[in-house]
Amino acid sequence: MLGLRNFGHFLAGSLRIVLRGGPVYWTWLGCLVLLIALGAGAYARQLDRGLITTAMRDQVSWGFYIGNFTFLVGVAAAAVLLVIPAYVYNWKPIKEVVILGELLAISAITMCGLFVAVDIGRPERFWHLIPGPGSLNVPSSLLGWDVLALNGYLVLNLVIVTYLLFTLYRNRRPDKRIFTPLVLISIPAAVGIHTVTAFLYNGLAARPFWNASILAPRFLASAFCSGPAVLLILMQILRRTTRFEIQDSAIWKVAELMAYAMFLNLFLLGAEVFKEYYSDTEHLVHMRYMYTGVGAHDPIVPYMWASLACSALAFLLFLLPRTRRHPLYLNLGCLLIWVGVYLEKGMGLVIPGMTPDTLGEIYEYFPTWNEIALSAGIFAVGALVFTLLVKIATRIMLGEFRLRPAGGASGAALPTAVPGVS
Amino acid sequence: MNRREFLCSLAGCAAAATAAGCLDPTHTGWFRKRFRELAPADVAAILEGLEREHAERFGKEAQVGAQAALPGVEFGYALDISRCVGCRRCVYACVEENNQSREPQIHWIRVLEMEKERGIDFAEADAYYDAEQVPRPGHFYLPISCQQCRNAPCVKSCPVGATWQEPDGIVTIDYDWCIGCRCCMAACPYGARHFNWAEPAVPAEELNPNMHYLGNRVRRKGVVEKCTFCIQRVRSGRYPACVEVCPVGARKFGNLLDPDSEVRYVLEHKRVFVLKAELNTRPRFYYFYGL
Ligand code: SF4
Ligand code: SF4
Repeated sequence: MLGLRNFGHFLAGSLRIVLRGGPVYWTWLGCLVLLIALGAGAYARQLDRGLITTAMRDQVSWGFYIGNFTFLVGVAAAAVLLVIPAYVYNWKPIKEVVILGELLAISAITMCGLFVAVDIGRPERFWHLIPGPGSLNVPSSLLGWDVLALNGYLVLNLVIVTYLLFTLYRNRRPDKRIFTPLVLISIPAAVGIHTVTAFLYNGLAARPFWNASILAPRFLASAFCSGPAVLLILMQILRRTTRFEIQDSAIWKVAELMAYAMFLNLFLLGAEVFKEYYSDTEHLVHMRYMYTGVGAHDPIVPYMWASLACSALAFLLFLLPRTRRHPLYLNLGCLLIWVGVYLEKGMGLVIPGMTPDTLGEIYEYFPTWNEIALSAGIFAVGALVFTLLVKIATRIMLGEFRLRPAGGASGAALPTAVPGVS
Repeated sequence: MNRREFLCSLAGCAAAATAAGCLDPTHTGWFRKRFRELAPADVAAILEGLEREHAERFGKEAQVGAQAALPGVEFGYALDISRCVGCRRCVYACVEENNQSREPQIHWIRVLEMEKERGIDFAEADAYYDAEQVPRPGHFYLPISCQQCRNAPCVKSCPVGATWQEPDGIVTIDYDWCIGCRCCMAACPYGARHFNWAEPAVPAEELNPNMHYLGNRVRRKGVVEKCTFCIQRVRSGRYPACVEVCPVGARKFGNLLDPDSEVRYVLEHKRVFVLKAELNTRPRFYYFYGL
């Protein structure tokens, strides 16, 4: 009972934290809310007229939404995989790295769910996916598996984060017997969600561009670049604006590991390029659509070269110890990676996989403004969730938001003077 | 209160607008059962509801049936490439028979124009050829629609089991169960599946009132559709519309299990092939060179 009441205080206190902040905080939230409103308007339009408001058609039947979904599954997976180096190198803020990673994962999975929800034609029938009242078609459907995996992963992360934060809030030490196994489960689960998502494409023999065994490894390699990039930037922001301590060495180590992942990603891409161009079969056309265009059809070519340039440059910046230890180049590298992987997964996976279509027709897909506005709204939801969660979590981790020890549980037990953190 | 009803009431609270369907004890409204799990009385109620809906929408009587597969029947199709002249009459007969949307346009059959010199080469095929006179010199024509695969990748990929293979081999879709995720479209190697990107428009005067639940009843936006071998016709012993309309008799149809059927004759006496055999979809739709 006491635990439950404490949990109530914990929630109420969290609410109070997110309602307090400086002008920067409120401006940021205001921008996000504006974007969300924009996205909601676009969604209303799409619901009213149908998916005709997108640029998708029968020839390219998945597009920007599913591309974003795939990219974000990668972010969700990689954020948690950062736990491994945290343990291996025994960084001081292991718990903190775990918590931030899982918060990012929670936000990313929320966005994934929204992207799938806006992509389906009959969202009111979502319950057909729930085993029991609905009829989830597992084991045969990979999307069925993905629904299970992503929801399981979301629950797992929510449990871990809530447990950790609530324990810290009550001034206790997290019980290793609970905490460690949960974290150990989350590692294969992270690999699992991204592999299942890769298999969703990989299993389709109708689409030779996806039906290559290299797809799942490439997914993991690219995710290991984009996920940590967000965390690196976040850690630096927290270090600046709060009393949060993160050693330089930890940040540099992450950057170094990202360089290896990027090398792997570029290597696997090279292997694919070689195989397609040298054997020069009918399947080459998809890769040509990406990099040179087919005939006059080249809407995504500039984006693919930009992606390649960003990834290659970021690889060099992170490979050289001098540049990866330089704050400017480090952050530039993070940004380049993010852009590179975003273009690669967001546009370079789904679109060329479906162009030309199975009967050889080339339909030039490029997202409409409605699609882009709706997607921006979803990203804003994710950023909002992430901002609020991080704000609460940092207060707890810094010990600024705790249950008043001994007898504090009675009445209004929350600390009244919360120091201002922007 | 059983589990279904309990969940039903939960869902009803969450979606008051659709609660009316929820209170329906026959599960024929929004919170319904899958078509294959419905009791016969519920099927009847659903069909009646659909007829009412069509009458309201088009101001015209429509009969929506749900005739089941006949025992001892497995449908097969054979198309003579050497006869097809590429006139696209089958395309438009299909549109009318199966109440396909006129705007946006949906065509279950695509006729691909190919160069004789290249043979069957999808990369160079043209579905939009615009000719005064067909066949055009140097070209041949390959009409393509759902191949009714025995090992159907579309069925495998559907996350909610909204599409399945009937005992007579027809791969069908329950338009009221499909969530519109389009996995099946990504999985189909023959571009046979079409999505209703907008609310389909069918002019009332062109509406075909003889409908089947799993076939040509008018669809709604947000769901997938495809060729069903004219399920509303073939289950009552008629030919598919495309077979009837073809001016050169390139299209043969029949029961694969009947040794005297036309399609069996073709399999016995001509050499046939299937498209993309390497994908192991094992179509019930064969192509042959009859001349
Ligand atoms: S042709 Fe396509 S839609 Fe038809 S059964 Fe085969 S995979 Fe399914
Ligand atoms: S679009 Fe409909 S039929 Fe196709 S896979 Fe999704 S739910 Fe199944």
